[in-house]
Amino acid sequence: MTPRTMFDKIWSQHEVADGLLFIDLHLVHEVTSPQAFDGLRLEGRQVRRPDRTLATADHNVPTDDTPVARLIADELSRKQVETLEANCAEFGIPVYSLGSDRRGIVHVIGPELGVTQPGMTIVCGDSHTSTHGAFGALAFGIGTSEVEHVLATQTLAQKRPKTMRISYSGRLEDGVSAKDLILATIGRLGTGGMVGHAVEYAGVPIEALSMEGRMTICNMTIEGGGRAGMIAPDEITLEFVRGRPGAPADFEAAAARWRELPTDEGATFDTEVEIDAGEISPMVTWGTTPGMVTEVAGRVPDPAAMGSAADRESAERALAYMALEPGTPMTEVTLDRVFIGSCTNSRIEDLRIAAGVVAGRRVADSVRAMVVPGSEQVRAQAERERLHETFRDAGFEWRASGCSMCLGMNPDTLIQGERCASTSNRNFEGRQGKGGRTHLVSPAMAAAAAVEGRFVDIREWS
Amino acid sequence: MEPVEVIFGGVSVLDRHDVDTDQIIPKQFLKRVERTGFGEFLFYDWIREGEIELKPNPILVTGRNFGCGSSREHAPWALQDFGFEAIIAPSFADIFYVNCTKNGLLPVVLDEQHCRAIADAGEARIDVDELTVTYRDGVEPFEIEEDVRHRLLHGHDEIDVTLSEHRGSIAAYERARELPATPTTAL
Repeated sequence: MTPRTMFDKIWSQHEVADGLLFIDLHLVHEVTSPQAFDGLRLEGRQVRRPDRTLATADHNVPTDDTPVARLIADELSRKQVETLEANCAEFGIPVYSLGSDRRGIVHVIGPELGVTQPGMTIVCGDSHTSTHGAFGALAFGIGTSEVEHVLATQTLAQKRPKTMRISYSGRLEDGVSAKDLILATIGRLGTGGMVGHAVEYAGVPIEALSMEGRMTICNMTIEGGGRAGMIAPDEITLEFVRGRPGAPADFEAAAARWRELPTDEGATFDTEVEIDAGEISPMVTWGTTPGMVTEVAGRVPDPAAMGSAADRESAERALAYMALEPGTPMTEVTLDRVFIGSCTNSRIEDLRIAAGVVAGRRVADSVRAMVVPGSEQVRAQAERERLHETFRDAGFEWRASGCSMCLGMNPDTLIQGERCASTSNRNFEGRQGKGGRTHLVSPAMAAAAAVEGRFVDIREWS
Repeated sequence: MEPVEVIFGGVSVLDRHDVDTDQIIPKQFLKRVERTGFGEFLFYDWIREGEIELKPNPILVTGRNFGCGSSREHAPWALQDFGFEAIIAPSFADIFYVNCTKNGLLPVVLDEQHCRAIADAGEARIDVDELTVTYRDGVEPFEIEEDVRHRLLHGHDEIDVTLSEHRGSIAAYERARELPATPTTAL
């Protein structure tokens, strides 16, 4: 039999007709679904498979422990969350909204509940759905029209993407994390470098990562333009899923199936990339796309030295927005805010690492720092481990779960001109608040930056 | 969706690469639960701060990787509500491209040189049936998936198409090939 990639196996398993995929899991949140439910009502359609659909409220949710949707202060946010609850009630979809101990960021709760599994097709009206590919699933973000299509038919018409494999060799240095690896990868390939591709991340440095680290990498695939990010399931994957509420009743039968998923020896990809993980440093973005990134030991680049006029112009505009001078060492960039959270880096391992860095230290007087766990389950676990006390003792705010300051659709935002070290995924203009300046970093780098009030090389800092 | 056959008229130009959907429609406007009324918030910060000027012409010409970032379909809704019927660029982000086609906002991929020439010409005619852009300097062909072209030309509702053509295959898949999973409704 012809050797096949993991992508090929999952694609062909799910093809109902040519280019029409069956969807195993549809995750829904409050921002991109209301118009889809309206569309169903307009046409008198039902949700075909509520049993393969799961909803939560995350984008709009205040992180101040607002107990129920009707007490959300912002009128439009309240309406959007209440609309989600009403739509889910009407169509029989399970929903974890305010007040549920299972609520959280949609890409955190899927894996946490065990509903994210190897071999599945998973979609959600959110670009960071690529996160779930860390389990060896084919997972990607869709728009609201597609959300409506999946609700009505449990299928999705898809153009078959090309395949790319990024093979990492070597070993990540201590202090260099999955976040640094993916930022360095995007920096090298560019924000459009993976467009049109389903990307498989492979090699020993990937196999050595926890599921949390793998999720961070797949999460940011979209920042490189990739359609989906994937990592082959292994025993680490299986152990993560085992025992969770959504894990298969016959786990061993499922596990046997999952062990067949990894790409066959000799299978070919449309594009192959090789990267030496040993050369990757802790990374910091300096501009307004995730591809505008450099090593923490590096400097703000000089647009004048850039090859193309387009790159020069983009960099000049980015530096003007970021209020940075070319040639400034990244370790001299001072901060007003630090945000540890988002679907990229808000899981228990991220919080353990950040807590380890700040334990016994104090956040710099000039910095306001917050930690926002990815879900209520992560929050509860962190509190069992007393991480919240470590953070609070250091001067961090310890918040309830949600998307929070990753995108500022809720009260957590930057104000004009504030500079923030953020463990989130996008440093676009205004992303965290109008006029806010975002630098993307790993949890350890963000935690150390909070203490020093500027970026430091976590490898040398003690 | 209304059928799209020919788009003709003036060209607006946004000469930037990597324009993300956070710029096209900032997050504070995503809280509406309707599909309409997003046009007035298009490029909200850039327009209000005088960084760019845009006329609501039928055609927008812009730079590579247009529509990157978030999957928000509010971005094509806002562009369309503002008055654009087609966007011409050297490349688009994947999700944005698909979202456009679902709403009859025509994405046209042409190389940078032709994008610039059309921007300079200031007027163009796009034929979805023939897959051509005609402008002052000539006629340029472009590509689009055949099923997408068909759907655009006829204004078909994709859900109708799936249910009428594939209802039987979906049911057969569910009976014979669907992978087992714990129902989310039973968690």
